[in-house]
Amino acid sequence: MKENLYNYILQIADNSLILGQRMGELCGHGPSLETDIACTNISLDLFGQVRSYYQYAAKIAADGRTEDDIAMLRKERDYLNILLVEQPNTDFGYTMARQFLFDVYHLLFLKELEKSKDLILSAIATKSIKEVTYHQRFSSDWIKRLGDGTEESHERIQNAINDLWTYTDELFRLSEVDEEMLEEGVAVDISKLKNGYYQKVSDVLEEATLTVPESKYFQKGGKQGIHTEHMGYLLADLQYMQRAYPNMEW
Amino acid sequence: MSEEQIKNLEKQFEERIARDEKIEPKDWMPEKYRQTHIRQMSQHAHSEIVGMLPEGNWITRAPSLRRKVALLAKVQDEAGHGLYLYSATETLGISRDELYEQLHTGKAKYSSIFNYPTLTWADMGAIGWLVDGAAIINQVPLCSTSYGPYARAMIRVCKEESFHQRQGYEIMIKLANGTPEQKEMAQDALNRWWWPSLMMLGPTDAESIHTEQSMKWKLKRKSNDELRQQFIDQTVPQADLIGLTIPDPNLKWNEERQSYDFGEIDWDEFWQVVKGHGPMNKERMKARVGAWERGEWVRDAAMAYAEKQQDRKEKQVV
Repeated sequence: MKENLYNYILQIADNSLILGQRMGELCGHGPSLETDIACTNISLDLFGQVRSYYQYAAKIAADGRTEDDIAMLRKERDYLNILLVEQPNTDFGYTMARQFLFDVYHLLFLKELEKSKDLILSAIATKSIKEVTYHQRFSSDWIKRLGDGTEESHERIQNAINDLWTYTDELFRLSEVDEEMLEEGVAVDISKLKNGYYQKVSDVLEEATLTVPESKYFQKGGKQGIHTEHMGYLLADLQYMQRAYPNMEW
Repeated sequence: MSEEQIKNLEKQFEERIARDEKIEPKDWMPEKYRQTHIRQMSQHAHSEIVGMLPEGNWITRAPSLRRKVALLAKVQDEAGHGLYLYSATETLGISRDELYEQLHTGKAKYSSIFNYPTLTWADMGAIGWLVDGAAIINQVPLCSTSYGPYARAMIRVCKEESFHQRQGYEIMIKLANGTPEQKEMAQDALNRWWWPSLMMLGPTDAESIHTEQSMKWKLKRKSNDELRQQFIDQTVPQADLIGLTIPDPNLKWNEERQSYDFGEIDWDEFWQVVKGHGPMNKERMKARVGAWERGEWVRDAAMAYAEKQQDRKEKQVV
């Protein structure tokens, strides 16, 4: 099995899986029907991407595991998503800040992944770019509305951005798998996305009358499978049926 | 307007409906027609929105990615139905905020079925199969109801509902053909959802207060008891086909009527739930009111932002 490629796919797909799961939690509980529908839509897009990635990973693994086994039957330490996406829906401000900070990265990333030598990853990227372009527009619009809305919303979204900022640096840290796959022309050199990312994020924050955080203290570990305390509970939900009723078809 | 003029308008109005013409928002209509439609249409919209909660309860725990995507899409459809039913209701001169207010204060009702809990994955199958099945029977006649915006909304709703019903039945087929544990899960869900589904078709004709007027306005084409019989006759063979047992010892094919006879419905339970004392009434309302209250600052921000944008535009023009 091409272990590096397999892990590289998981590294990408796990972000969409975990963020999709977080957005799915909100279905029916949003601040308005319209935002509810939009958040569910983002969740649906992400799970659609996840399925394409894991089906490909299952093919690479070629050991009988299915997309669902890969999605739901790993140990916490084997999930390779970045810490940002597992952060909870503390309020709508955190949800939108998390989405925005991820979307800007996600879109830059996919535009590079489209150039990958791996044709399947490239094809998934092409399809996803359309969806993620919309996600970014949606979350950016909300950053502006909340930032330049009322005093309360300004304060809330600023707090959310400040709190989640610590997870942004990890987006650009190359893992061993990244480096190996970069040599083969498959991976995206994420370290090169950093400047463009912070530029774009700063532009939107400034337009939203928000302050770009200056903190230089960052968290990392997700890509090595070392997560925050939130992750275990998220996985308990995600894996519940597969763990309680193993080896069944649904 | 004199009394005679009003009587004349009413007469013309009833004749239009009898000729199967659609009533549109700007047409004259009797106040009772308007109120009845606000009541029924908003009740329907509220049911879609509250109905998102029992199924939303399983989104994070769906057993496979395929099922998770399908469930998300289904609950999203319900939000969409709510959205256009609210919009259709707004054409009668009431705002969405007022309608929410009625829901949150308990003045407006929603379908009682959503006051039952979803305890296992099989409940997602049972709801699609039985609850959406009963809803379709209630709703298909509304596609040709007299109020234009409602009829048009219902055409779209019904198309999606029948898709949901097939999807739910398909979940049940899979479970019924699965391991003993899965089959047990499916049977248990059928046991719990069967009677509440029958109650969804409404009180018996003798107790139903709105039927006669509703028939005239084509809000109803058949009586509650007729609809219930139709639902039972349609559903029993589907249960047989997948080897599940309807939890009614008195259920029996009646050769003469070419229909199923069935046991007594527990109407005390029905009225208990309708009056707000079902297993989940309080939780459902708490979830809706909570989401609304937690979202207030977000909605305020969106309004404030829109106003600022508008001001800026106006200043630019000057």
